[in-house]
Amino acid sequence: MTRMIEVRGLRFRYPDGTQALDGVDFHLDRGECVALLGPNGSGKTTFALHLNGLLFGEGSVEVCGSRVDANATAGVLADVRAKVGVVFQDSDEQLFMPTVLEDVAFGPSNQGLPAAAAADRARQALAQVGMGGASHKAPYHLSSGEKRRVALAGVLAMQPEVLVLDEPTTSLDPPGQRDLTALLRQLPQAKLLVTHDVDFAGALANRAVFFEHGRVAGEGTVAEMVTRFHWSRRSG
Amino acid sequence: MHHVVLERWSRGSSPLHARDPRAKLGALLIFLVAVSTTAPQSQVAFAGYALLLAAALSVSRLPVAGLLGRASLVLPFSATFVLITWWSGDPLRALALAEKSFLSGLAVLLTMATTPLVQSMSALASAKVPGPLLLVIQFLYRYLFVVSEQAQHMRMAALCRRGTGQRAQRSAARFHAAAGAVGVLFARSWERADGIYHAMLARGFTGRFPAAVAAPFGWRDAAFLCASAAASLAVRLQL
Repeated sequence: MTRMIEVRGLRFRYPDGTQALDGVDFHLDRGECVALLGPNGSGKTTFALHLNGLLFGEGSVEVCGSRVDANATAGVLADVRAKVGVVFQDSDEQLFMPTVLEDVAFGPSNQGLPAAAAADRARQALAQVGMGGASHKAPYHLSSGEKRRVALAGVLAMQPEVLVLDEPTTSLDPPGQRDLTALLRQLPQAKLLVTHDVDFAGALANRAVFFEHGRVAGEGTVAEMVTRFHWSRRSG
Repeated sequence: MHHVVLERWSRGSSPLHARDPRAKLGALLIFLVAVSTTAPQSQVAFAGYALLLAAALSVSRLPVAGLLGRASLVLPFSATFVLITWWSGDPLRALALAEKSFLSGLAVLLTMATTPLVQSMSALASAKVPGPLLLVIQFLYRYLFVVSEQAQHMRMAALCRRGTGQRAQRSAARFHAAAGAVGVLFARSWERADGIYHAMLARGFTGRFPAAVAAPFGWRDAAFLCASAAASLAVRLQL
C-alpha cells in the first residue's frame, strides 16, 4: 500500500484559544476510504483543512511525501492542492464563478491549463458526475444535490489523488444520497469522508476514525465505532 | 436572487454583447469624457447623449425599465450637490449636474450589463491597468454579492418572524435591532467570504483569476468604436 497521507502529533489552536486538534495521528493509503466520525466541534473539519494546506498546526503532515507546513513553498502547496481535492460542507462557498462550466474550470485554469483545455477537463468532470447538461447554468439556479455534484466536479476536474469530502450528504435527499454513494464508489481516488451519516459511511468506508475533543478516540470499522461510541440515532 | 441580475444580463447575445470589451470600454471612456465636459447651457447635447444611449439600449435588448431604475440609484449621491447648486441660484448647472450623473451612470451600467466581468478585466489588463487593482475590483465585485446575499437571507428570516411588520416596535427598539442586524450581517459576510477564499485556495488559486480567452479585435469592433466615438464627439461639438 502506498501511503498518501501521514499525520503525526498534529495540534492546532484557533486564535480565540480553542484547542481544535490535540495530537492527532492519522494515515490514509492509496485506494482506501476512511470515514471521520465524531461530535460537532471535535475537530474533524479543522483536521481536513490541514490536509490541503489551508491551515497549519504543530506536528507533521505529509501528503504524497511532501511535508505540508507553514514553511512549505508556493510550489509545494500548489502540488498538494492539486493532489488533495477538498469538497467543502457548504457548496455555495465553493461555487463562486458565474457559470457552472467556468466554476468547474477554475481549478484546472489555476493549474496552468489553457482555457480550452481547462474547459474540456471541466466538461469531462461534469459528465462524470452526471451534470453535463448544466454547463451554462448559473450555480445559484441549481438544487442542493446538483450543487453538491458540481462542487465535486470542480474538484475532480483537478484530477486529485485524494478526495476529502466534508459532510457530503448534508442537504441531500435520500435519492441524492444514494446517487452520491454510487458515484463515490466508482471513483478510484483515496477518500476521506467527514460525516455524521453512519449509513453513508458504512456503505463506503473500509475504516473509520472517531474524533473527540481534537483527538483520535478510536479506530476500526464503522460498525465498531458506532457500537463503541453509541454513535447511532437509535437509543440503547 | 436578484443580485445576480447584472451578471445574467451580461451573458446576453445582442450585437452589443458581441462587441469586444476593449471597444466597449474605449467607447465608454470617450462618452464619459464628452458628457463631463459638456457645458450646462448645451441642453440639446444632453438630449443627444440620451438618444445615443437609447439607441444602445435598444440594440442591447436589455429590459429598459430595469436599467433605468438601476441607473437612477446614482441620483441620491449627486442630489446634495444638485440641491446646493440649485439653492446657490444656478438651476441650469444643477440640472446639468443631475443629467451628467444619470447619463454617466446609465452608460457605465449599460457597459457592465453587456460585458461579463471576466472580459472587462481582460480588457483592462490589456490596457495595462495594474494587476493588484484588477484583483481588488474582482474581489470587491464578488464579495459585494456575498454581502447582498447574506442581507437577503437575513431579511427573509426577519420577515418570517415579522421583524419588519407595520405594527412596529418603538423606534429605539427598532434602531437597536437594525444596528444588531448590520453587525451580524458583516460578521456573517466575513465568515462567508473567508469560506469562499478557502475554497478558492483549495483549488489552487494563486492570486490571479483565470483570464478570458481574448477574441481577435475584428473590423466590426473597430467600426463600433469609431462610430461610437464619432457620435459622442458630434454631440459634444454639436455638429
